[in-house]
Amino acid sequence: MNRTVAIILHFLLGVQWILTPVKAEEVMIAVAANFIDASRELAPLFEQATGYTTRISYGSTGKLYSQIEHGAPFEILLAADTLRPIKAEEEGLAVPGSRFVYAKGRLVLWSLKPGLFNDAERYLSDGAFNHLALANPKTAPYGLAADQVMNRLGLLDGLTPKLVRGESIAQTFQFVATGNAEAGFVALAQIKEWEGEAGTLWEVPADYYAPIDQAAVLLKKGAANPAAIAYLEFIRSDTARKVIERYGYGVE
Amino acid sequence: MSSIEVRLRHGFGDFEMDVAFDAPGQGVIALFGRSGSGKTSVLRAVAGLERVRQGLVRINGDVWQDEGSFLPIHRRPIGYVFQEASLFPHLSVRKNLEYGLRRVPQTQRQIPFHDVVELLGISSLLTRATPRLSGGERQRVAIARALLTSPRLLLMDEPLSALDHAAKQAIMPYLERLHDEFAIPSLYVSHDPNEVARLADHMVVLDGGRVTAQGDAAQLLTRLDLPLSTYDDASALLEGIVSSHDHSYHLTWISLQGNRVAVPREDLPVGRRARVQIQARDVSLSIRVHTDTSILNIIPARVIGTRDISPTQVLVRLALEDGQTLLSRITRRSAMGMGIQEGMQLYAQVKSVALLS
Amino acid sequence: MTFDWQPVWLTLKLAGTTTLLLLIIGTPIAWWLARTHAWYKQALSAVVALPLVLPPTVLGFYLLIMLAPDGPVGRLTQALGIGTLPFTFEGLVFASVLYSLPFVVQPLQNAFESLGPRPAEVAATLRASPWDRFMTVVIPLARPGFLTAAVLSFAHTVGEFGVVLMIGGNIPGETRVLSVAIYDYVETLEYSQAHLLAAGMLAFSFLVLMTLYLVNGRISRSHQL
Repeated sequence: MNRTVAIILHFLLGVQWILTPVKAEEVMIAVAANFIDASRELAPLFEQATGYTTRISYGSTGKLYSQIEHGAPFEILLAADTLRPIKAEEEGLAVPGSRFVYAKGRLVLWSLKPGLFNDAERYLSDGAFNHLALANPKTAPYGLAADQVMNRLGLLDGLTPKLVRGESIAQTFQFVATGNAEAGFVALAQIKEWEGEAGTLWEVPADYYAPIDQAAVLLKKGAANPAAIAYLEFIRSDTARKVIERYGYGVE
Repeated sequence: MSSIEVRLRHGFGDFEMDVAFDAPGQGVIALFGRSGSGKTSVLRAVAGLERVRQGLVRINGDVWQDEGSFLPIHRRPIGYVFQEASLFPHLSVRKNLEYGLRRVPQTQRQIPFHDVVELLGISSLLTRATPRLSGGERQRVAIARALLTSPRLLLMDEPLSALDHAAKQAIMPYLERLHDEFAIPSLYVSHDPNEVARLADHMVVLDGGRVTAQGDAAQLLTRLDLPLSTYDDASALLEGIVSSHDHSYHLTWISLQGNRVAVPREDLPVGRRARVQIQARDVSLSIRVHTDTSILNIIPARVIGTRDISPTQVLVRLALEDGQTLLSRITRRSAMGMGIQEGMQLYAQVKSVALLS
Repeated sequence: MTFDWQPVWLTLKLAGTTTLLLLIIGTPIAWWLARTHAWYKQALSAVVALPLVLPPTVLGFYLLIMLAPDGPVGRLTQALGIGTLPFTFEGLVFASVLYSLPFVVQPLQNAFESLGPRPAEVAATLRASPWDRFMTVVIPLARPGFLTAAVLSFAHTVGEFGVVLMIGGNIPGETRVLSVAIYDYVETLEYSQAHLLAAGMLAFSFLVLMTLYLVNGRISRSHQL
């Protein structure tokens, strides 16, 4: 029962709009869903360090981007990929040259069952499971990475009938966390945040997949806001990098 | 001895029904009462449409319901005619008629399709869609549909009340013929004394979920202690025999054991049983026989009761020589002037007589 | 560009199966709700209506927990030898049945209620057994309600997205239905494919709904008393 409650709280309360009170010197940030918890911890640190405040909106990178395209008042985009920030620069929605990678996603193979595998590659090649979850490679960077891992191991064709695709990495995590898929490729950041059972974890070596770079970019709306510029500086500071690493991301 | 025996006790919300009556297992038994007196509930309980907690329903020897048993509605050999015709709108007239018929085993069908259709005058309607029928036509189809199941008991819940006066008058002869044609006992719910007078042989009077009187219809109609006699069109029923026809004045004489009354000429065989209805307001009284009057029907009678029904009017109950009863409504002033009292012998002058059957 | 028919057939199969099952399951529930005076009638009505209020993703998420191998329904399905339902066509049918239940029960309940007890009573006095009168009188007279229920359930299942996404796992030929396919095409910027499917779905839905209104209009005219 406790596990169920934990799952429900994690998913239902975790994904929402967080609005801090409007102040004169604040920055409005659009944050990719996978970075929610880290950004929440960073906010007070940023306030302490600079005196500026933040207002944060969460969503999938694709949805946030289309909101930006249609005039949303965001000043910074913390994306889950580099594609959308590059596109923002090209389309003139962002300040050219302001883009940088603030976090690198790390892919893990995770199962709720403790001790399910010692040798994860063996486990994958044996294929003694019904469902293996991954994010949709077409729409989610972690899905693409998972695809690359299986491809590299030469298992993609064999595993295809057993693959179940979550629309986002969050949904993929749900498949595994509810036990519906025995195992799945999810983000290390999600495991760090998970308060349920530890299960079995394999950190996929970084050279098995192309880097999952998450880029930040200064949007045109924030070009003249000192708070926005300060935030982009802050997120590269040692204080911020420590937090980001603790959440399971790599930093440059 | 064939008979109808009904005992019902049941609470419907705040309405308590406690009804018991016995009636002959033939003819028309009227369940008479105001609206809200429980007559429809009684009918529904007899049909099995209402499950009554404590009940006994025994119809001509067959127990339909008692302490331990309950025959479901569809196994009770009844024909039920609802207040509104309730034809199935998705079926044609013919399909409506056949609905019940097809569900009765061939061997139990006693009433030929053709006879019923002819009797109720609906043969020209068979292919019609039910929504296109008039109110009277619909009710005739509904009655035919009920009859075609060859019921052992016909239950009619104010079948005429939804019809206008003209339609009522038009359908009444069918109901009367029904009674003559097929010897099916029926329970007939009504709050219309006129209807009861025309159709009923036996009567059960209900009030507040209880039986207040039951017995021969003609007797009950004139009972001064019952509400029936106080109605504006209160009337009496008399049984007689067609005695002769007067061709020159176009009259038919009905004899009532030594006396006789005239009705407009009807083509009925002499010697046939006839039932006439006489409204209380059409009967005046005189101490002596008058020959200098336009009134044809003058019958000797004895006062057996009186009742003031308003500050101006008195109802006088009279017994004829053969024991049948008659009602007369006269002014209180006349009653005082004539000194009318119980046991007094006088003459009833009847202005108008209606032949029922 | 080759057109991928698979999601279309899969969707029609899902909607058809769901509608059929719902008519079988929903009819007795609606009949009971229309007839009963039980004190818990309102509570049951509320339970049936819940999918109307719950966001599909919430319903999907609860289903995911319930149907999981160690969830209450999951244990049952495994004990029955069916295995687990998520990521299967059967699972989608199960979810769709739950999700579209009010769309079948409510029109049927309305139809039964507006019919009233009288037609069935009349049939009973004409010797029809309970089953007989239900089949020969109640169902024909409640036909507009059945039609509405069937069309709403079908259309609603075709348009269902959230729940399917949550428990389907996007498996081609198994759980990748039309709405999910359209979503994928939009997300991956394959707008022409998305447009084609979306326009087809729109036209289809329009035709279905218009047919419903035409047929219903005709029936209610012919049954006017």
